[in-house]
Amino acid sequence: MAPTGQGGAMDFAMDESETLEKTPDGPEGTGPAEKPRSLWSDAWHDLRRNPVFIISGLIILFLIFISLWPSAIASGSPLDCDLSKAQQGSQPGHPFGFNGQGCDVYTRVVYGARTSVSVGILATLGVALLGSALGGFAGFFGRGWDAALSRVADIFFGIPVVLGGLVLLSVVTSSTIWPVIGFMVLLGWPQISRIARGSVITAKQNDYVQAARALGASSSRMLLRHIAPNAVAPVIVVATIALGTYIALEATLSYLGVGLKPPTVSWGIDISSASPYVRNAPHMLLWPAGALAITVLAFIMLGDAVRDALDPKLR
Amino acid sequence: MGRYVIRRLLQMVPVFFGATLLIFLMVNVMGDPIAGLCGERACDPATEAQLRQEFGLDKPLWQQYLTYMGNLFTGDFGTAFNGQPVIDLMADAFPITIRLTLVAIVFEIIIGISLGVVTGLRRGRPVDTSVLVLTLVVISVPTFVTGLLAQLLFGVKWDLIRPAVSPEAPLDELILPGLVLASVSLAYVTRLTRTSIAENTRSDYVRTAKAKGLPRRRVISRHLLRNSLIPVVTFIGTDIGALMGGAIVTERIFNIHGVGYQLYQGIVRQSSQTVVGFVTVLVLVFLLANLLVDLLYAVLDPRIRYA
Amino acid sequence: MLLEVRDLHVEFHTRDGVAKAVNGVNYTVEAGETLAVLGESGSGKSVTAQAVMGILDIPPGKIAGGEILFKGRDLLKLKEDEWRKLRGSGMAMIFQDALSALNPVLTVGDQLGEMFTVHRGMSRKDARAKAVELMDRVRIPAARERVRQYPHQFSGGMRQRIMIAMALALEPDLIIADEPTTALDVTVQAQVMELLAELQREYNMGLILITHDLGVVADVADKIAVMYAGRIVETAPVHDIYKAPAHPYTRGLLESIPRLDQKGQELYAIKGLPPNLTRIPPGCAFNPRCPLARDVCRTDEPPLYEVSRTRRSACHFWEEALRG
Repeated sequence: MAPTGQGGAMDFAMDESETLEKTPDGPEGTGPAEKPRSLWSDAWHDLRRNPVFIISGLIILFLIFISLWPSAIASGSPLDCDLSKAQQGSQPGHPFGFNGQGCDVYTRVVYGARTSVSVGILATLGVALLGSALGGFAGFFGRGWDAALSRVADIFFGIPVVLGGLVLLSVVTSSTIWPVIGFMVLLGWPQISRIARGSVITAKQNDYVQAARALGASSSRMLLRHIAPNAVAPVIVVATIALGTYIALEATLSYLGVGLKPPTVSWGIDISSASPYVRNAPHMLLWPAGALAITVLAFIMLGDAVRDALDPKLR
Repeated sequence: MGRYVIRRLLQMVPVFFGATLLIFLMVNVMGDPIAGLCGERACDPATEAQLRQEFGLDKPLWQQYLTYMGNLFTGDFGTAFNGQPVIDLMADAFPITIRLTLVAIVFEIIIGISLGVVTGLRRGRPVDTSVLVLTLVVISVPTFVTGLLAQLLFGVKWDLIRPAVSPEAPLDELILPGLVLASVSLAYVTRLTRTSIAENTRSDYVRTAKAKGLPRRRVISRHLLRNSLIPVVTFIGTDIGALMGGAIVTERIFNIHGVGYQLYQGIVRQSSQTVVGFVTVLVLVFLLANLLVDLLYAVLDPRIRYA
Repeated sequence: MLLEVRDLHVEFHTRDGVAKAVNGVNYTVEAGETLAVLGESGSGKSVTAQAVMGILDIPPGKIAGGEILFKGRDLLKLKEDEWRKLRGSGMAMIFQDALSALNPVLTVGDQLGEMFTVHRGMSRKDARAKAVELMDRVRIPAARERVRQYPHQFSGGMRQRIMIAMALALEPDLIIADEPTTALDVTVQAQVMELLAELQREYNMGLILITHDLGVVADVADKIAVMYAGRIVETAPVHDIYKAPAHPYTRGLLESIPRLDQKGQELYAIKGLPPNLTRIPPGCAFNPRCPLARDVCRTDEPPLYEVSRTRRSACHFWEEALRG
């Protein structure tokens, strides 16, 4: 997915490969000799004591909880509106006030989480599966497949995301979340496929993989046992950060009127319909905007923390 | 170098045609290209048949695409919904969007790089931590939210600017929209510069520069910055295309009559000629910006030689 | 006395604790004299040199005590700007890996000329002429053309010559060469070392040669200081040490050099690893690896015993070590 005003997750994932508190050049061998741990248990060890990870993880768990059981914290229905209360501010039982149609803003914000989280997770899953499958395939078989796939990926990279979304989704009439997810997978896979391809090519050159090949391991066995585990970590890192950007992208498209459509409850739609009244009733815009910002922030911070923990270059 | 440029230009050709074909198909398969041509009403069957023939819509799609591309290279981008040539719309819209993009890039360079240098040199200090947190927030808040909030605060609450930009879009009215458009990239530039500076501060050649007895200011400006800014310049270059594509949202919020506005109008009124034309030019800008970046890289880093 | 380091202490504050990189180092260098500082990586030899140059990264580094007297003035008491002006003009440093030590995006002419524009206030044109002169001086062919090239366009040996030229530019009194030939091919090593020694004689400079290669030392050094875990364990004129080392660690170093006359014999290796600098063992730091270690070595830190008028050894049993 091409970097746009929304920021490509790719750049974000790559922008910091620094060593934070490396021991200075002078005294080598100062590190205590600890027994080596696997990449994953090492990462988990680091993550457990990282406050950024804990905070963002808790926010995300909460978001997933209210996505599954929104009625646990919001009693009404998001579609239960009373025009006579339109644009009214906060009042007992309705802490966030009412929107332009007189719907309860609090209930809509809670139900909006379900939409955002499902779009984010499903789009990320789709992108990760399609991207790693295609990228892994290209990297493993190389040559013609690789060249062809790289060119196709270039074409999709050549289309700015919001632009592509406007063109492609403007003709869709379905009010489900599937067209938006499909669009994200369609434009998002090259980002993951490049990473998967790179990891597979690196892994293929490892001595132990060459040895397995010399011993006559079959292609599928090599892919699954030796190569795939190497590609998983970078894909997970980029996918986590991308999840946040997909949520932002859904809201942006919905704001532009081409993403989700009512009666689906979406923060982007609510922000869009609130924006003309921002002068008189800013609360209608601020609550869903705040929820959106916190959600995206949580996923990006989580991805950031996971990247720091998983990137062996940082040690 | 010359050969490299030619090779890269040749490589761009299939990508350009692939991307435009994709857009062309999307617009033509999914929407009806003549739907908007008779104004708000639907066309009567006789007019419709005539229009279809006139625009070559009775021919197969691949032929339509070739005809369109052929016309395009003679400067004929077709006709917009109101009968205006698309090229005229472009002549109005592109200067405005380019001005907006330039404002955004100036912000990226001035604010992004300065913040990055300051934090990179003071890693771990309070300034650094607070700027880092701030960049994370800016990256996380979608541009349209940032834009609406900025408009609410500066335009409505404090009444410092006009909430909507006038049709001519003079430079001073583009300052806030430019900042909004730049915001996310600006945060990336800050983080990238910081990382790059922090990495290079520990490099051997900076130690050499210190051992040569150069004043700190010179070590930073001549040795540290020159190397650290290479990836940053690359990022900003790639961003030119992305900003112009992303300007749709900003232009919508501030009612700027640039490329995004025209595209949006084209989509709403289902004018396929407008949409395909504008998107084609944007894709071209995007690809050229990427090429420019690669060449710039070679100028900045003498170790890179293109064969 | 050109340089005198007195009881220098340097620490690094890291996440794992305080690493004591240099613990009370003393050494002196006279004009025209070559001091070789030997030791494994992590022994503090480079850190001491960086402290003398004033290019330690502070923080995490910290000079915890001692004096560095350069021509009688304590550098640690100078203002930063005074010390800076001494760098390059009074003392200069040659680094190990010239490829990373030279700035990749500036031409060698710019990097050499910079010495003259900054320290001597010369014009760019004059500085360029000086750069060509310097490159001739270190015998780089076609200097006039190559002055416009970038470091990556030179071979390893040529790049190290450029580093030497840069250090010599302002004819400093003291040169510190930190493993100047380690990164080079063996054939080129000798040429570069020869050039350095020749220029040193010509300008009568003091030279501190930091190395872990005893082979290089024998040819050029006047005296040797052997470092271990941030301390000097033995100092001696170069020939004495080769004849009979007065410290078990020095003996270990000497015996681990492969020699033609001992072909077929197993090569000696000092057992164990250098200590973690955040947890240096009490007593003599070398005791866990020392074949001569007794109880006293684990409790009492050995002082520098006087072996002869010119020799010192920090071993409780230096007499035994000397006998071999």
